[in-house]
Amino acid sequence: MNDAPVLPPDDLACTEEVELITDYLEGALPDAQRERLELHLETCPGCTEYLEQMRTVAGSLSGLTEESIPSETREALLDAFRELRRG
Amino acid sequence: MATTDDEPLVEALRAGDEVAFAELIDRHSPAMVRVAQTYVPSRAVAEEVVQETWIAVLRAVERFEGRSSLKTWVFRILANVAMRRGERESRSVPFSALAAAEDTGEPSVDPDRFLPADHELFPGHWSLSPTRWPTPEEGLLAGETREVIARAIEALPKAQRTVIALRDVEGWSSDEVCEALEITAGNQRVLLHRARSTVRTTIEEYFDATEEIDYDAVTAELMGDTAKKSSE
Repeated sequence: MNDAPVLPPDDLACTEEVELITDYLEGALPDAQRERLELHLETCPGCTEYLEQMRTVAGSLSGLTEESIPSETREALLDAFRELRRG
Repeated sequence: MATTDDEPLVEALRAGDEVAFAELIDRHSPAMVRVAQTYVPSRAVAEEVVQETWIAVLRAVERFEGRSSLKTWVFRILANVAMRRGERESRSVPFSALAAAEDTGEPSVDPDRFLPADHELFPGHWSLSPTRWPTPEEGLLAGETREVIARAIEALPKAQRTVIALRDVEGWSSDEVCEALEITAGNQRVLLHRARSTVRTTIEEYFDATEEIDYDAVTAELMGDTAKKSSE
């Protein structure tokens, strides 16, 4: 029973998997490495959840509002625009 | 003009359409402040750089030929203005140097959350695994998590903060980010990965979403599978 093949041979460690997730999501992994990663995901609920969470983070931030220039600066620019277009 | 998408907008600017200019300012200024801050020492100076850039854009728009997108062109002008200003403030660290300084090679997830690399059956596998987040239907940015996430992004080192803001908040493509910040695709991915990993960890801690893996049970299950397969 000690010789039982518990994990597939050449299995990726989760410690490696978590470092490759962004390259994977960006489509930047070479085919062989991508296949190895996907094979690991099939047997690893932890890494599957991790991948899902990284996807969620990447896809959720577009609703945040970024601070723009101060309103006085904006007004000054619109004034300059009127000025330049008139002259 | 090569980039036909921008043509009506460029025509509107040339014709003195103030609403079109206001929309353009509102669309790009937040990202411009982010990028300018990588060249100059403070937000206030970055805002001045953005103002100066828009004036330069207005003066040059007659000569815009559409060989790149209007956005790319605006950010190229911004980089020039910001670089000059950064040199005057004697603070011109190239973005690639900022990025290199932030690449400490630290792991994305605390190593204590995995079994040791020399574990007999499951080397380097999760011992404290991530679990499903109780995300509200309206998404991660609903309620209190919004603040938690915004704070996590602001606390990131500058290069990582800039990349995640441009990619995931502003929705830029990887190519656009690489061009505006003058970094390689590989460097961009390293910064994005570190930034997203830190934000992920912050959310996980906020939700307290981890669980210990019972490897005795996992082993028994896998052995059962193996036994089943070999008897088939």
